[in-house]
Parts: sequence; structure tokens; C-alpha cells
Amino acid sequence: MSRGATALPAILRDAGLSALVAFGLFAVMIGLKTDAGPTSLVLTPRPWAVVLAVAAVFFGRLAMLLWRLWRPAGVPAPRRITAGFARAGRYIAPVVLAVALTLPLYAGRYWLDLGILVLTYVMLGWGLNIVVGLAGLLDLGYVAFYAVGAYSYALLAQDLGLGFWTCLPLAGILAACWGVMLGFPVLRLRGDYLAIVTLAFGEIIRVVILNWTTLTGGPNGISGIPRPTLFGLTFSAGGGPGSFADFFGIEPNLTQRVAFLYYVILGLALLTNWVSLRLRRLPLGRAWEALREDEIACRSLGINVTITKLTAFAMGAMFGGFAGAFFATRQAFISPESFTFIESAMVLAIVVLGGLGSQLGVAMAALIMIGGSEMFRELAEYRMLIFGLALVMMMVLRPRGLVSGRTPSVSLGERHEIAPDLVAQGRG
Amino acid sequence: MTALLSLSGVTAFYGAIQALKGVELNVNPGEIVTLIGANGAGKSTLMMTICGNPRARDGRIVYDGADITRVPTHEIMRQGIAQSPEGRRIFPRMSVYENLLMGAHGRDGGEAAETMEQVFALFPRLKERTAQRGGTLSGGEQQMLAIGRALMSRPRLLLLDEPSLGLAPLVVRQIFGAIRDLNRSTGLTVLLVEQNAFQALRLAHRGYVLVNGAITMAGAAADLLARPEIRAAYLEGGH
Ligand SMILES: Nc1ncnc2c1ncn2[C@@H]1O[C@H](COP(=O)(O)OP(=O)(O)OP(=O)(O)O)[C@@H](O)[C@H]1O
Ligand SMILES: [Mg+2]
Repeated sequence: MSRGATALPAILRDAGLSALVAFGLFAVMIGLKTDAGPTSLVLTPRPWAVVLAVAAVFFGRLAMLLWRLWRPAGVPAPRRITAGFARAGRYIAPVVLAVALTLPLYAGRYWLDLGILVLTYVMLGWGLNIVVGLAGLLDLGYVAFYAVGAYSYALLAQDLGLGFWTCLPLAGILAACWGVMLGFPVLRLRGDYLAIVTLAFGEIIRVVILNWTTLTGGPNGISGIPRPTLFGLTFSAGGGPGSFADFFGIEPNLTQRVAFLYYVILGLALLTNWVSLRLRRLPLGRAWEALREDEIACRSLGINVTITKLTAFAMGAMFGGFAGAFFATRQAFISPESFTFIESAMVLAIVVLGGLGSQLGVAMAALIMIGGSEMFRELAEYRMLIFGLALVMMMVLRPRGLVSGRTPSVSLGERHEIAPDLVAQGRG
Repeated sequence: MTALLSLSGVTAFYGAIQALKGVELNVNPGEIVTLIGANGAGKSTLMMTICGNPRARDGRIVYDGADITRVPTHEIMRQGIAQSPEGRRIFPRMSVYENLLMGAHGRDGGEAAETMEQVFALFPRLKERTAQRGGTLSGGEQQMLAIGRALMSRPRLLLLDEPSLGLAPLVVRQIFGAIRDLNRSTGLTVLLVEQNAFQALRLAHRGYVLVNGAITMAGAAADLLARPEIRAAYLEGGH
């Protein structure tokens, strides 16, 4: 194959360069190991480990390039995967929903806790998807609204003695107000500049919470946040009058509360999904998408760009606030540590990985990222390594996210059919 | 006859750069008026200034008897003015159908369906491609979509910025034919910016020449076509 013969030197050079970079990275990180010596730490050199790592990179790169060169002709691989996803997508969504709805019937405590965690991120992902995926406004400070929601509930419950179901809408509204507050100064910003300002906004909220000790308890956080009730029935482990177990005459059991929390977050997440799907079909949702596509065209069509952007921020923030209130009631304890930048990054990664704007993709990405990283917990520090590797692989294999492509939110139905005589005239 | 749109002494700036230097222009109801000028003369700026973005610094813009100089863009666009901006600017990832619906933003759904049928009657090519993404249409189809989208708001005044940009002569004739039909059948008033001065002046009733942000010549389209200085500057080698 002449094609292979001419390309071979270039491939070898490329692999050699990769090995060189690997050597630069690994020479110190892997090549030197710190051990506890008699008086202090001593460095033990490990040359063979470096040789192995560099060789692995060299041959790995070589294999990858050769594979690319001699890949069988025909449909390129990513295309095939996309088609597969599109076909499977129709079945995946109902199956996932059915599993999610019935999970508490057969799963134990561990799986329910994991399910709650995953669903929290699914909800955050769907909420952020409104801002980033639909309206195209890159928000790196989404955790701020999560924090506002959590602290709103915690403070309202503690200081005013309000219950979870009263506070939930209030937390959403307060978060939405903060969304509008963030929206105003960034109205004229786009892309990188918007990202930086939202990043700063997220940090400001965290720093304020950290330092406003009299209100928020500062770094000590707030503890003893009340749990949610089901129409006034509590889920205390001891049973007792007014509890869920007492009312139904069953044994009190901690799993009941976990299952209840699970259904609460499932309901909230499904609400988020339903609202986003519904909004996409309404003029407001279409205006968000149009805004993402072309702001100038939106202006020339008489769309109020200010209102459109602010509602996107407010709507996304509101769902972040709901999720935050849920987080507070589930943990019963919150502190600023839970609302660092890494949370924003995680949620954004879920949205981007899922394929911007795709509801199913976001859910799958949350399942894989949160569920996956929890399950690899035994691997300790290698977990982040695997996580990073998986992200890079994903972006190489599916640069547009798990479920890319967008189906029109509305299509022309039968009733829009125009009369044949109208079609005939002027055709040419 | 009172003008549907009249500009008097309109200036506009981009930062320190003055793009319009006291523009005087009238468009009467039912007229097709064309605005011709060299690259960078300020034609697109003039169209955008009518819509309030950028805003006129001095002068007055009166539409249908009301001063719209300081009215917010989205309100101007709801008073019966529609624009098909330079470079088409359709929404590439949205379907043809969704693109058209965006043009009817904030209007009643039943009315939109009816208007869409009129747009499809004008451009049957769009009707065949309602589910196709805007970005995958050909240049000519995209231009039809941009005009169709502007028509979706049922405007009285249509602002068209270079609808012939990058199109084959046959498609340009189709589009100009559609504009003429619309003007004759519905009395739609059109302000048309064109590089293709010859065809534009043949289509229009009257014309204006914009040079460096100011109107230097105005008159009936046929008269402008006959003037030697216009022929030299804008029609040379054209036809
Ligand atoms: N956003 C902007 N910022 C700064 N200057 C601008 C901006 N838009 C246009 N200009 C300047 O204003 C002047 C007029 O531009 P305009 O786009 O109105 O020209 P035009 O007549 O439409 O040209 P063309 O035929 O090439 O489309 C030009 O000198 C241009 O460089
Ligand atoms: Mg122009």
C-alpha cells in the first residue's frame, strides 16, 4: 500500500514527539517516588516505570495513527455510532424512566442514595441546559443558584420555621431573582467574557456566604435543617405519632425516608424536564434558541433580546434553586464547601457531554459521570485520572456530545397543508 | 401624499466614526424605493438605524405619522416594519418552519399559519423544505427564507438589505419578481438596498444614491438610470 509507505515516517515522527512529551510529563512525576526515610523523606528513582510509561504512549500513539490510516473504507465510525444512538434513543428514554420510577421497589439503600445524587445532577444539568444549551449563554457560575436555593431553604426553615414545601417555591423565586441580577450586568456580554463574569459571580456568592457569619454561620455552615414531610407526615426513624409509618401502620424504617427523598428529586427533575420541553415549543423557548443562533437577526425580528436573556437566566436559576433546596433538606447540613467552582464545572461538563440542548443526553451524561465516578470510589486517587481520560475520549469520539443533533421542536402538521392550487402557481 | 417613512437630518455613529451624515429620505406608501451606493457608504447602517440599532444621534425618523427615533427596536419591529438583514442571518440549526415562525414572534398562531401559506405560495421551494435545517439550504433558498421570515410579521414596510448577494442571475430575477408581485398585489412598501444597481433601478419606482453617509442624488428610478454619472459610477460594465 503506497499510501502507508509514504505516511510511515510522518507517523513515526508523530509518535516520537508524543513520547517526548510523555517523558517531559512523567520523568519527575513517575520517575521519582517519595519514601519515608529514617529522618526525612527520601527520593527513590524509578527509571523503569518512566520507560514503561513512555513506551506505552509511543506504541499507543503509533497504533492509533496506524488504525486511522488503515481503517476499512466505508461509513466512518462516528457516523455509525450517531445512527445507532438515534435509533436506540427512542427506546432508551422510556426504559430509563421505567427503571427510575421503580428503583425504590427493588434497590437497597446504597443504590437509592446513588440515585438521589445522580438525579440531583440530572436536574442541575437540565436547569443549566436552559441557559447554556437553549439560550447559548455560557454560565460558569451555576453553582451560585444552587447555593442560593440551599441557603434560602435552610434559613427560612430555621429562622421562620417554614416547611420544605412552602420554602421550595420561595427558594426557586429567590434564585430566579439572583439570576436576573446576574443577567443585567452581562446582557451585552457573550462567549468568553460572559463566562468570566459568571465565574466571578459564582465565587462572589460563595465568598459572601463564607464571610457573612452572623447570617449563614460562615464556614461552619447550617445544620439541623428539617426534612421534608408527605402531607404533614414525617419520616422519623423512630416512628411515633404523626409519622408516615405510624399513619400507615407499618414498621418505621430509614429506607422509607430515602425512598421518599428519591421520589421528591425524581419528581423535581421530571418537572424540570417537562418545563424545558414545554418551553421549547412555546415562542419564548424558540426565542431562546434563536438567540443562541443569531442575536442580530433576533433584534431585526422584533424580539426583545433583554427580556429573552433575562428569562433564560431566571428560569435556569430557578431550577438550580429548587435543586439547592432539595440538597439542603436531604443533607440536613450545608456549608460553603458544597458550592465550589468544581460543582459548576461538573454540571457544565454534564451539559456539554450530553450534547448541548439534548434532554436525554444530559441525563445519560449525569448517570455516567456521577454514577460512574461514585462506583469507582475504591480506586481512590485514580478516579479523577479515569474521569479525565473518559472526558478526553468522549470528546475525541463524539465531539458534539452523547446525543448530538436537534429535532425541531415543532413541525408542520396536516392542518398546515396548503391547497394544491396554491402550490401549483408560481412554481418554476 | 404623506410619506410612510421619512428621515430628516439623520446621523449615526459607531463610536467616533460617523457613518451617516444627515440623511434625508422619504418612502411613500405602496412604493419600491432603492438605495444604491458603494461599499461602506452606509447603506446597511441606514437600514439598521431605521430599526433603532444603532440609534440615530440627530435628526428624526417618522414612520406612519409617529416619531420612532427613540422607540426601542423590538417595538419598532412590531409597528409594521420588517427587515431582512444583510447576509440573510437565518437561524442555521432551526428548521425552515421554525425560522418562519420566528418571524411571526409575538403574534397570533392562526394568523401565522395563514401568512405562512402566503409565503409558501410566493416561494414554493420553501414549502418543500419545511423540515430542513436553515443552514443546509442553498444560498438562494436561504435568501427566500430570510425574505419569507420578514414577511411573516405582515409588514407594511419591508426593508431588504442586498437580497441578491451571492446569487445566480436566474435566482435574482426570481426574487426580484417576487418582490414586484408582492408590491403589486398587496401594496407592500419596500426599501431595497442593492449593489446590483441596474436591476434594482429597473424594479424600483424611485431611487437614492448614498455616498459617504449622505444622500447625493435622488429621483425617479428611470431618470437615475439615464444619468451619465450614475452609469459611470454604478452601472459601468454591468449591462
Ligand atoms: N459595527 C460597526 N462598528 C464600527 N464601524 C462600523 C460598524 N458597522 C459598519 N461600520 C462602518 O460604517 C461604515 C458604513 O458601513 P455599512 O455596513 O453601512 O456600509 P454599506 O453601505 O452597507 O456597505 P456594503 O455595500 O459593503 O454592505 C463603514 O465604513 C463601516 O466600516
Ligand atoms: Mg451593507
